[in-house]
Amino acid sequence: MTTAVAERQYELVYILPPETTEQQATELHGQVESVVTRMQGSIDKTENWGRKKMAYDIGHHKEGVYVLEVINGSGELMKELDRRLRVIDLVIRHMIVRVDAEKKVVDRTRSKRQADSERRRVRRGLPPQRQPGEGRSQDRDDLDDDRFEGMEV
Amino acid sequence: MPFGQKRSGARGKADKKGGEKGQGQRRTLFRRRKVCKFCADKIDDINYKDVKLIGPFVPERGKILPRRISGTCAMHQRKLQTAIKRARQIALIPYVTD
Repeated sequence: MTTAVAERQYELVYILPPETTEQQATELHGQVESVVTRMQGSIDKTENWGRKKMAYDIGHHKEGVYVLEVINGSGELMKELDRRLRVIDLVIRHMIVRVDAEKKVVDRTRSKRQADSERRRVRRGLPPQRQPGEGRSQDRDDLDDDRFEGMEV
Repeated sequence: MPFGQKRSGARGKADKKGGEKGQGQRRTLFRRRKVCKFCADKIDDINYKDVKLIGPFVPERGKILPRRISGTCAMHQRKLQTAIKRARQIALIPYVTD
């Protein structure tokens, strides 16, 4: 019995050396895209974070160009992508993270909180949404925040 | 050398205990109750890309700030932990700094 595996969402982050040209970057993106489309996946969005200073050196590089791709597809696809990225010398570091499961949980808690607050407000005889200028002001100063005081690590 | 480390840790604890006994009444120092930042601010999503959010939980040395100091609740500390470890992999946060 073959049941179709529900499509999963992954995030792929890869780092290129700072001297990478625009053309090289788009070429690599094309390679990724071709693998994704070949294996019945789709790219949700691509974000280029640009040059960033890295927290530690990776192979003599202090800076790197970060690229984020959100990909819908199967685990097999990501396995293949991972294998390919490992081989490509241009990519100095990459990471793939599955995000759909976590996202679902976050959405659920958020909507639950919203619904709860609305229910409570209605019970108190208030309109379900918070009105402007209601309650405590949001920008109270954080001066009395001593959470990190007496730190010993 | 783990042995040396262990020993120094044990000694530290012993010192603390002794101090407590000696002080007696002086222990009634008022300590502000620690609250979990993520519960208080209603942050559901602790994302590895959000360095601004995670940053304060990774002090100078690069270690993860323990729960007993930050006051983070167990659930959020767990999520924070994975986020920090992911951020380390892509060099957004250091593994160590000395």
